[in-house]
Amino acid sequence: MTKVLKTNKSVEEAVKELLKFLLKSGKVKGVFTLRKINGNGAVAYSLITSLDMLKDAVPLFPLMPANAGKLLSNLTLRGSVVDPVVAVVRPCELRAFIELVKRKQGSLENLLLVSSTCAGVYPLEMAVNGDIDKKLSQYWDATKRGEIVPDTRPTCMGCEHFLPYTADITVTLIGKKDIDNQCEIFLNTEKGQQFVDGIDGEFVEGKLESEEVVSMRNKRKDEKKRLFDEIGIEKFGLKGLIETFGKCIGCHGCSKVCPICYCNLCYSDSKTYEHKPSVYEMQLKRRGGLRVPPDTISYQIGRLTHVGISCVGCGLCADVCPANIPISTIFLKVGDSVQKMFDYLPGRDVEEQIPVTTFETDEFVEVED
Amino acid sequence: MNEKFAPKIVGFLCNWCSYAGADLAGVSRLQMPPSLRTIRVMCSSRVNPLFIIRVFLIGADGVLVAGCHPGDCHYQKGNYQARRKFAILKNIFENLGLESDRLRLSWISAGEGPGFAKVITEFTEKIKKLGPNPAKEEVFL
Repeated sequence: MTKVLKTNKSVEEAVKELLKFLLKSGKVKGVFTLRKINGNGAVAYSLITSLDMLKDAVPLFPLMPANAGKLLSNLTLRGSVVDPVVAVVRPCELRAFIELVKRKQGSLENLLLVSSTCAGVYPLEMAVNGDIDKKLSQYWDATKRGEIVPDTRPTCMGCEHFLPYTADITVTLIGKKDIDNQCEIFLNTEKGQQFVDGIDGEFVEGKLESEEVVSMRNKRKDEKKRLFDEIGIEKFGLKGLIETFGKCIGCHGCSKVCPICYCNLCYSDSKTYEHKPSVYEMQLKRRGGLRVPPDTISYQIGRLTHVGISCVGCGLCADVCPANIPISTIFLKVGDSVQKMFDYLPGRDVEEQIPVTTFETDEFVEVED
Repeated sequence: MNEKFAPKIVGFLCNWCSYAGADLAGVSRLQMPPSLRTIRVMCSSRVNPLFIIRVFLIGADGVLVAGCHPGDCHYQKGNYQARRKFAILKNIFENLGLESDRLRLSWISAGEGPGFAKVITEFTEKIKKLGPNPAKEEVFL
């Protein structure tokens, strides 16, 4: 059983109230959350210190303009935040951040992490063409009924890890019929409880793993299976890979937005593969032709070997792909399989070691010949 | 099957064991197919999965990664890490429907000249059965 803060306000309001309380009481010096910008519908992650700016905060807006895990890593790469900061992020963003912290690309110190049982986010495209505002009522309707929200990112619809693993505070959304006038905020950790100490509201006991959550997980599992069957990558082979990644324009946008791809000197962006003419000539002699720019497939498989083990399936890579390649589904499927080899779930626990940094002396004898 | 097909295998051999094993096989004048193109690395864990993907896509018919036996690594634990990386890569190959049989990981010590010859002979035979790597002639990689 977990301590729960219960208020008679809508979820949106209650979360904003919580942020306001934290900032006003001086318990935190900054708030990291989604915020409406300029009133033209644009929403972006922002770090806020003034109470005035908090008015435009939309902490639960169903959009992920960037993976907050990557953003938090940017903020804490050179050292932890000096004063306490509260960050409202999605479960997959939190998992990505934990993965980055494991790689020494960020610090959890002085961060109060607030997350929610996540109903998914809409593709970025919808925010750009303004469709997202029309969809909001549908989004909250489906969330209340505990159903998969249609038109969200494919990987969101097939995500089973919508319950945040390492959040200090969790807001429940999925399957909560009365989120318009009631809000339950779970205080998972002692840290979380200390921070909300003194806030208005009723404290009760509750269980995060509710019936609605279990039922949603089953629905998502089915959807994930359907998604994986549909993409059918095990039948790809060389031909399928060429067909799928042939559309790639080589912008490497997928690696730029990927929270796990953190190397600032990427092998694929380097000049390593810019050969002397003689190398191209040798290749041409044999093949009779060469794709320009070359190496799209080695880039994608290479990225799979690098990030597959920690892929949280946030779906940003497919979202930003100008050629509409379903990268996120491919990565999620391969990542899932690689993670299962080690019984590893990225972002489950900051103490859990990344499998490629450790080993057992008696394993995988089947790959030796 | 094309009888004239002579496989080309790229082998990443670790400096301390497998490379010396290859050397011993050579000075012992052991017979084996001339299919191996050797790349010496300081440790089998130096082999970035990207190297393997790269040579596979360029058109190597087989890729061999060879290192010291488990427990014998010159750097204590390199080969264990190499094995993990190799297992992950093999899993990815299988997931994408690529021929993971063209990849091989073997432990060959400096004293195993005949062992080295055996690995090369076996692997070459296996590749002969699989035929040439289709990536060799693909244009749109």
